[in-house]
Amino acid sequence: MGLFVLRRLGVMLLTALALTFVVFYLTNLQPNLEKLARTEGSVRMTDQAVQDWIAQNGHSGSVFARYGQWLGIVPGWTYTDEKGQTRGRCFEIGQDAASAPSHCGLLQGNWGFSTFFKKPVAESLVGKLAATGWLMLAVMLVMVPSSLLLGVLSGMREGSATDRTLSTFSIASTATPEYVSGVILVALLATAATGISPILAEYGLIEPKKTLFLASATSAMDDITFWNFSLPVLTIALYGIGYIARMTRASMTEVMTQQYIRTARLKGVPFRTVVMRHALRNALIAPFTVIMLQFPWLLNGVVIVESLFNYKGFGWTLVQAASNNDIPLLLACSVVAVVVVLLTQLISDIGYVFLNPRIRLT
Amino acid sequence: MTASDTWDPSQPILEIENLSISFFTRLHEIPAVMDFSCTVMPGEAMGLVGESGCGKSTVALAVMRELGKTGRIVSGSMKFKGRDLALMNNEELRHIRGSEIAMIYQEPMASLNPAMKVGAQLAEVPMLHSGMSKADAWALARQIVADVRLPDPDRIINAYPHQLSGGQQQRIVIAMALMAKPALLILDEPTTALDVTVEAGIVDLVKELGRKYGTSMLFISHNLGLVMDVCGRICVMYSGEAVETGSVTEVFDKMRHPYTQALFRSIPLPGADKNARPLISIPGNFPLPHERPRGCNFGPRCDYFEKGRCDETDVPMAHVPGGDRHDSRCLRWSEIDWAAPPAKREVKQKARIGEVVLKMDDLRKYYSVSGGAFGGGTKKVVKANETLSFEAREGETLAIVGESGCGKSTFAKVLMGLETATSGSIMLFDENVQSTPIQKRNTDTVSQVQMVFQNPFDTLNPSMTVGRQIIRALEVFRFGASDADRRKRMLELLDLVKLPRAFAERMPRQLSGGQKQRVGIARAFAGGAKVVVADEPVSALDVSVQAAVTDLLMDIQRENKTTLLFISHDLSIVRYLSDRVMVMYLGHVVEMGTTDQVFAPPYHPYTEALLSAVPIADTRVERKRIVLEGDIPSAMNPPPGCPFQTRCHWKSRVTPAGLCDREVPPVQMLEGGHQIKCHLSREVLATMEPVIKIAAE
Repeated sequence: MGLFVLRRLGVMLLTALALTFVVFYLTNLQPNLEKLARTEGSVRMTDQAVQDWIAQNGHSGSVFARYGQWLGIVPGWTYTDEKGQTRGRCFEIGQDAASAPSHCGLLQGNWGFSTFFKKPVAESLVGKLAATGWLMLAVMLVMVPSSLLLGVLSGMREGSATDRTLSTFSIASTATPEYVSGVILVALLATAATGISPILAEYGLIEPKKTLFLASATSAMDDITFWNFSLPVLTIALYGIGYIARMTRASMTEVMTQQYIRTARLKGVPFRTVVMRHALRNALIAPFTVIMLQFPWLLNGVVIVESLFNYKGFGWTLVQAASNNDIPLLLACSVVAVVVVLLTQLISDIGYVFLNPRIRLT
Repeated sequence: MTASDTWDPSQPILEIENLSISFFTRLHEIPAVMDFSCTVMPGEAMGLVGESGCGKSTVALAVMRELGKTGRIVSGSMKFKGRDLALMNNEELRHIRGSEIAMIYQEPMASLNPAMKVGAQLAEVPMLHSGMSKADAWALARQIVADVRLPDPDRIINAYPHQLSGGQQQRIVIAMALMAKPALLILDEPTTALDVTVEAGIVDLVKELGRKYGTSMLFISHNLGLVMDVCGRICVMYSGEAVETGSVTEVFDKMRHPYTQALFRSIPLPGADKNARPLISIPGNFPLPHERPRGCNFGPRCDYFEKGRCDETDVPMAHVPGGDRHDSRCLRWSEIDWAAPPAKREVKQKARIGEVVLKMDDLRKYYSVSGGAFGGGTKKVVKANETLSFEAREGETLAIVGESGCGKSTFAKVLMGLETATSGSIMLFDENVQSTPIQKRNTDTVSQVQMVFQNPFDTLNPSMTVGRQIIRALEVFRFGASDADRRKRMLELLDLVKLPRAFAERMPRQLSGGQKQRVGIARAFAGGAKVVVADEPVSALDVSVQAAVTDLLMDIQRENKTTLLFISHDLSIVRYLSDRVMVMYLGHVVEMGTTDQVFAPPYHPYTEALLSAVPIADTRVERKRIVLEGDIPSAMNPPPGCPFQTRCHWKSRVTPAGLCDREVPPVQMLEGGHQIKCHLSREVLATMEPVIKIAAE
């Protein structure tokens, strides 16, 4: 067990290195650096000035050396200008170059300086991650139980009316991308002009000019309420509910045709007990992996939903970093994403072994 | 419970009358069982025999009212203790299932819930049916587990099914059926998935439990010998109908239906011989449910068929006077001379045995596997083959016999080059091939050593025509100069395996099991193979087809002087067709000699047990019962010393005592090249008695 986890962690580390290098390389291509120079310096810089800016701010040289600096295994760059002032990756003008550390990268805990937030990356990302963490937790709490319930209900009697109804719902929900379902939900539940809010207001069930739910989740950053948090959670969850429900249904229908289910029936076990005691546990083994795979997918949904509902979390930060050419922030986001993906994979593999004692990993 | 109050125990437990069952698809009604009647008296064991697709399992499931969504009882009645099962509602059925009628299934592993402890699955039954408390139910489960003679019941009830061996799992399924002391037990091929020595133990257990609890049994099997062992009465089914029913001795000795007779003539009984008295296969194929002929279903394959009479009207069951409830579904049963010997038995020339073709010397094959659930752990060595030495000659049939896990398939893989040997040598003609994997063998060697596989259903490419597959083999063997050449050869090969040439254009799914196996044989012989390894070539086929495929294999061998290595667990067929026999146990060859030497004393103790475990469908045969305790040890963890010492009945006769625990026995050479790997002295071996005795006629 220990050896297996260790080996997997090693592979994870390699994967993370490879992936971050790809992101680093793509964000540090020459045209992008020129664009960066013009936004940081001046839009009307001459081409020569752009090249100088790039060289003076540590963006020249081999991409491997720069990646090494970012990681913190290669000494940070320094530049002494014509006035004799020295600045570098690890210290600002005016600081003592000699007392500053020579390496300052990821390994030293230095994630770089975000040009968009105008503060260190680590500092700006922590709060956002916490906000997204709450969102994901809420999504999981809604998505997992409801999708398993849907899947089991439709899978226990394949081809029945219940099955067909629930299957139609899950196919529809998983076929609708977040940016469509989000907009529909807002139009339906969160505007004073359309949907059901005006109708409810007319009957006096909610105050006039108020809506059933809030279309902006910004206030949820400070205080999560049912009113301001429901729509973003629902939008992300809907997609996953359909997907996991389909998987659970497939697994459940397969289990229901197994011989041991027949054995249970022919023992005289009532149908409800057959489902609850004999089928359920076996049927839940397969969806477990799917649920764990859903975590990385959630990151995907989070990007869209956080922008749509203006919830300043990880997804929103990623969008801002990308549109503002904030290279250090973008790199940090990619590290977070890579770690989340690989960690859920590891948990899913280990969990699977415990759920299903017949499986052995080699 | 309500039924047993009013039911008179002198009446039948189960009385099925004119039962017809159909399966309904969107377009058709497919009749599966027609006009089926049978009666099971209290304490009686009724055997239901027939080939696959004859409807015997459908009858069993119908008694349980478990026909799925598409199956329906069309007419007839099934009275259980006087109440018609067909008219019961779900709630009434639920009370009967598991408590009054219990079922034992073919595949024990699939029939047990993998995620539930064995004890919980057992305890569920009394908790459901008699409202027993959980603690009491578990105590009862423990007791029944001990009753079915499982060792260490406390450990077993807390184990999950996958932690038990196949034989133990089947005992658990039996225990589950016995939890509520049912009045009727339905056994659906309960031992088909098990090894013969394990099967013998299960059969003994079932018989004993039947006596102990007075349970009636409906025993479904394709194995006539097994039915003779277990049952008092038998019902032979063919294509959805019962064709003959009566007491076992009457049906076996005085059969009155042509199908029953043909069935007995197609199975290898002691005394059959591939040259002097070959088996007689039933001509033609089993009719599909929607292609049944008019009149008698067996008509087109029957030797006594009379046109204009047998194919006119439905044939009713006729009572055979003088017997004990003996009935036959034949119009001509009283006209046929049942004692007449079969007419068309052709005597064949014995093939001449030539030079040594294949020689193995001290061959070993070890695998190393890892222990823990996440990999790692201690590496273990599995000794799949240990010191294997033998020769095979041209035109000879060498049978390799043993139960699952004995290393016979590993041996085939090493010979074929799919695996390479750990040490030792394999000489094929004059070439040393033990360490040449198949990718590196030249085309000649590959085409000379070919294989016929066990399961014809999986070994043909489903998306390629039969002809194309054979031509593909010819291309691989670089046979012929042009496509036309190869096509001609392919058609000749189809002739060789007695398939119509039109089959070249057919897809494998359009062929029956026996026909597919013929294609497999044609493919193996495509390159003029000199050595053919047949790995259980007929075990997946029905009895009546087995004879035809076996004979075909023998005919081709005779013509081509092929060396046949026949891997099998079925001793009856081995005795019938092989010249020499090699018995394997846990990777060791424990006995080797000519067929007569191996099937007569002195035996290796394992061979003796194996012979006594095989059921023989002949009432004249008397068998000594030797039931081995326990299971075959795992090859990962073999016992020290003699591999067979954990189950051996003769261990106490070895001097000095304890020798078997310490040392692997040497190979003893007896007269005529008969080899036995045992510590028993010559004197003790000489005292052994034959296992099978045929009473004088």
